[in-house]
Amino acid sequence: MKALCWHGKNDVRYESVPDPRIEDPKDAIINVSSCAICGSDLHLYDHFIPTMESGDVLGHEFMGEVMEVGSEVKHLKVGDRVVIPFTIACGECEQCRRGNFSVCERSNRNRALGDKMFGHGTAGLFGYSHLTGGYAGGQAEYVRVPFADSTHVKVPDNLTDEQVLFLGDIFPTGWQAVVQCDVQPTDTVAIWGAGPVGQFCVRSAVLLGARQVIVIDNVPERLSMAQAGGAIAINFENESVLERLKELTQGMGPEKCIDAVGLEAHQSGTLDAVYDRIKQATMLETDRPHVLREMIYVCRPAGVLSVPGVYGGLIDKLPIGALMNKGLTVRSGQTHTQRWMKDLLRRIEEGQIDPSFVITHSVGLDQGPGMYQTFRDKQDGCVKVVLKP
Amino acid sequence: MRYRITAPHGQRSLSGADRLARGLGWLSLGLGAYKTLAPHALTRALGLEGQESWVRLSGARELLGGIMTLTDDPTPGLWTRVVGDSADLVLLGSAWSDPHNRKRDTAGKALAALAALTAVDVYCAQAVNRQHAYQAGPTPDYSLRSGFPRPVEEMRGVAGDFETPRDMRHAFPTPPKIAVRELPDRAARAI
Ligand SMILES: NC(=O)c1ccc[n+]([C@@H]2O[C@H](COP(=O)([O-])OP(=O)(O)OC[C@H]3O[C@@H](n4cnc5c(N)ncnc54)[C@H](O)[C@@H]3O)[C@@H](O)[C@H]2O)c1
Ligand SMILES: [Zn+2]
Ligand SMILES: [Zn+2]
Repeated sequence: MKALCWHGKNDVRYESVPDPRIEDPKDAIINVSSCAICGSDLHLYDHFIPTMESGDVLGHEFMGEVMEVGSEVKHLKVGDRVVIPFTIACGECEQCRRGNFSVCERSNRNRALGDKMFGHGTAGLFGYSHLTGGYAGGQAEYVRVPFADSTHVKVPDNLTDEQVLFLGDIFPTGWQAVVQCDVQPTDTVAIWGAGPVGQFCVRSAVLLGARQVIVIDNVPERLSMAQAGGAIAINFENESVLERLKELTQGMGPEKCIDAVGLEAHQSGTLDAVYDRIKQATMLETDRPHVLREMIYVCRPAGVLSVPGVYGGLIDKLPIGALMNKGLTVRSGQTHTQRWMKDLLRRIEEGQIDPSFVITHSVGLDQGPGMYQTFRDKQDGCVKVVLKP
Repeated sequence: MRYRITAPHGQRSLSGADRLARGLGWLSLGLGAYKTLAPHALTRALGLEGQESWVRLSGARELLGGIMTLTDDPTPGLWTRVVGDSADLVLLGSAWSDPHNRKRDTAGKALAALAALTAVDVYCAQAVNRQHAYQAGPTPDYSLRSGFPRPVEEMRGVAGDFETPRDMRHAFPTPPKIAVRELPDRAARAI
């Protein structure tokens, strides 16, 4: 089959790889109808996530039709139309039973590697390095889905791929980012990053009733898309983020702050920008924490910092004093996708939201390698890319 | 909704210019190491004895340009190389035009090679710059892409049926109205 494979920094190729097959009785094979490139894939593309190997199949946002099921799969049959969450979950371990699917204790077959790196291994993920199981990803014609019974959501035929595809990642991710802020009707929610995840944070914050939603980025068309969803836009290149946020909250600061940027934050014209670039280039720190610093500084005391943005390793100069003395709560994690998918599917069916608003480019899988660059460099008004195998 | 269909460079994300830049980056590191570690060998071959410190400096510049060229954004590194190349061209030019230089031939060949390399650097810098131009292309109008079926104000709180799970609740609830409104009243009555 054809797939998008990783071959080192900035090197993604469309090439032929062996077809997947059932390896475990709990597996299913999916014939992919649509898949997407996620901001998390950019961290792989730019090689900030360790333990990638040349030839790894990328992609963790995908959907399609069930082609084949293992003998122990009970809830799926050939022909079912499904969206696959990016988090592989066994559905049975203690964490899964608590709803913490992204830290499933059984789905990561390279758990020992995670234990070494993070103290404890986390769930298996599709197409996201060997630290999370080394499972082949979904930017491909076919995918093997392990623990298939607890790693899918069935979707009805009357909704298009474009409407349901994002149930597997960015919609639940934006949703959980806001849910873990426990939004109150008087809250201001400030969201750093107007990428696809930030866009879904904006919509989720509005649906969940935040009084004021603010989004921070420097890409004009992304800001205008966020405004369309009800956010006030701050362009960090033209204005001071901290001053503007204070102004919009009468000096008190936003109660809830969301980092939808992650480890590749842009920082321009600030001292910490130079500092982090040098430290990162010389491998003294792996991630750039500019957004975290801003959030800690500006958040209203006793507020919440919600961090869906991905970090991979170490950061430096984090104002822990401010964090501690202001009594901030930090909530983070890869999304417990399985926890929200069904509820969000219902909301799409009821017409509360149509997630396809975020798609700006839809091309064949063979055009995928070029689209990684277009998406990374924010060219051509690109916000979200959908690929058709 | 209308989607854009563009095909920047097909089946491999690393374009020809990207690969050329990487090659130039490594070449720069190699030349830089050679020039800083063995400047005498070079000056002897080119008839530039006495110019060792210049060669070392040029080597240091090559190393810097090489490192910069191998980062995420190779363009500044490539331009650093072009500037350095130009300085080296002047030096080689003097060696080649010096009638007393017994190594004129070698210097001439080196000059031609360096001129060609400089041209490649300029070409590559321009190509890479064009390809990776941040936010290049049109700024489309997405102001109608709300994703909501109705105006935003009508959508606020529509998911009010959702209850935050216990593990995600947070002690920052909307303060009860009484605390703010009734206190001054009561105080007034007491007086
Ligand atoms: N937790 C999860 O399960 C999960 C799931 C999906 C994505 N993610 C992560 O969420 C993050 C965002 O994903 P995305 O798909 O929207 O990616 P993206 O790269 O398209 O979006 C990031 C946005 O942040 C902006 N940005 C950069 N620096 C900034 C700064 N200093 N201040 C404000 N904005 C800044 C960029 O311009 C860009 O628009 C990534 O780190 C991704 O890995 C996490
Ligand atoms: Zn993702
Ligand atoms: Zn589990």
